Amino acid sequence: MKRVFLAVCLATFLSATWAGAQVAATPAIPDPAAAKIAELEAKIAAAQSAGDNAWLLTSSALVLMMTGPGLALFYGGLVRRKNVLATMMQSFILMGVVTVLWAIVGYSLAFSEGTPFVGSLKYAFLNGVGLEPNADYAATVPHQTYMIFQLMFAIITPALITGAFAERMRFSAMLLFMILWSLVVYAPLAHMVWGKGGFLNAFLGGKIPTFDFAGGTVVHISSGVSALVCALYLGKRHGYPQQPMKPHSVVLSAIGACLLWVGWFGFNAGSAVGASGLATSAFVNTHFAAAAAALGWSIAEKIKNGKASVLGAITGCVAGLVAITPASGFVKPIPALIIGLLAGLICFFAVAVLKAKLGYDDSLDAFGVHGVGGTLGALITGVFATNAINNALKDPSGHAIALGLADGNAGQILNQLWGALISWGLAVVGTLIILKVVDLTVGLRVSKDEEIEGLDLTQHGEEAYNLEG
Amino acid sequence: MKKIEAIIQPFKLEEVKEALKQVGLDGMTVSEVRGHGRQQGHKEVYRGHEYNVDYLPKIKLEIVLPDNRLEETVRALSGAARTGKLGDGKIFVFPVEEAIRIRNNDRGEGAL
Repeated sequence: MKRVFLAVCLATFLSATWAGAQVAATPAIPDPAAAKIAELEAKIAAAQSAGDNAWLLTSSALVLMMTGPGLALFYGGLVRRKNVLATMMQSFILMGVVTVLWAIVGYSLAFSEGTPFVGSLKYAFLNGVGLEPNADYAATVPHQTYMIFQLMFAIITPALITGAFAERMRFSAMLLFMILWSLVVYAPLAHMVWGKGGFLNAFLGGKIPTFDFAGGTVVHISSGVSALVCALYLGKRHGYPQQPMKPHSVVLSAIGACLLWVGWFGFNAGSAVGASGLATSAFVNTHFAAAAAALGWSIAEKIKNGKASVLGAITGCVAGLVAITPASGFVKPIPALIIGLLAGLICFFAVAVLKAKLGYDDSLDAFGVHGVGGTLGALITGVFATNAINNALKDPSGHAIALGLADGNAGQILNQLWGALISWGLAVVGTLIILKVVDLTVGLRVSKDEEIEGLDLTQHGEEAYNLEG
Repeated sequence: MKKIEAIIQPFKLEEVKEALKQVGLDGMTVSEVRGHGRQQGHKEVYRGHEYNVDYLPKIKLEIVLPDNRLEETVRALSGAARTGKLGDGKIFVFPVEEAIRIRNNDRGEGAL
């Protein structure tokens, strides 16, 4: 049977070669077979494009959902009832502000070719960003799909920082801070890690090849470390830690965390920029890490406090999602479980033990979850990254190159460390300068009286829960 | 006239309401309040930050009634609200100077 098959294959091959030679010899006569093949190839490409585009547009919507209801509810539930609207507004308004900024100049600074450290103005006002694919970033979907997908990341990243200065920052100061931060910290870092020719871009000609699948450095280290700087610069909330500042509704936070978990599938699996096996791999890893981290935090809490709390379980889940983000498209499922478990344990330690010891008031633990979880994820990606999952990087002979320690490339951990350090450095320096500028121009904090009265009333003229409503 | 102010466990409200109905009581005002007497509060932990919660949720009943109805009402109320444990609450009785029905300016016991 096998022999017959081989013989048929051979005959087919020979006749095809013969036909090919004839076509080459007489190019004037159109070959119906070649035309048919070209037509079929075009159809295949269109089918792949349709599938990839559908997944990427869905993912874009999922990532926006992480900010809109997700983060707004997660953070909104954690503050006192007099600040819940102001806290939700800090996330929501960024969906407006960053979008406009992205269209004008943000996308260009992050993703057009420029220096290794920041893009140029080539795509300003989305000039040249049309429906034709950009082969460097996503060869099978319209360039605008890639642009809008990336926009959703640019929205949630600054929104994460708001957890650090919750309940005490002026609304106007927050807006100015976020505009400057998006331009000075986010766009350059996104360019370095994901932009063509970026300094840290492992896939498009970076000097230090760093693996960051979906934003461990760009999103989580940058926001988490900037959050720590904000918390230290602004100082503690009035009355912290003597006065009780309990979350006013863990129910809202739990709903928010569940929306984040679901939205994160778009964040990580969408970063495969295609409806591919790699997307499945990132999806599975994301889910596994979230699950293991929720358990990790709960176990740590049970041991330390005697009870596993709802707030603990959902915070652990988010920590796991953060830590798997850079690794999600590079590692196997069991390492994803390990990464999640470690994130749950380590972030619990950072939030419940370290923060109290150091005494800073990171109101909603943006640093403890995103800064610590993001750094853990960036480093551990260098340990577990394997070309069995991601074979996009090839040597000149076409073989997939070794990625992390799992493939025997221990040096990658050092590259990851560099990526993390550069992100830390840019976040610290950039955020400090921006805070100083905003402090000197509009002033960062509300007055003590306004803080006591609450930001909902003093910043927005509203109350969340109206008895007479 | 007398005013009864009773602080009771929230889960006892239905039983108390039924018992008061049995002795023929028509009206009362109910509010959700927080407080504590000898009952201990509890500890809550949010992300490692401990809070001692001393003020526990209770229900406050306010009832104004003629002097001759006082004893049976207090007996019905305390009987229905009792579990025998710390935290069952308290009943306070005050004299009332005047009562006025807003609708038609009836005064005294006739306004109750």
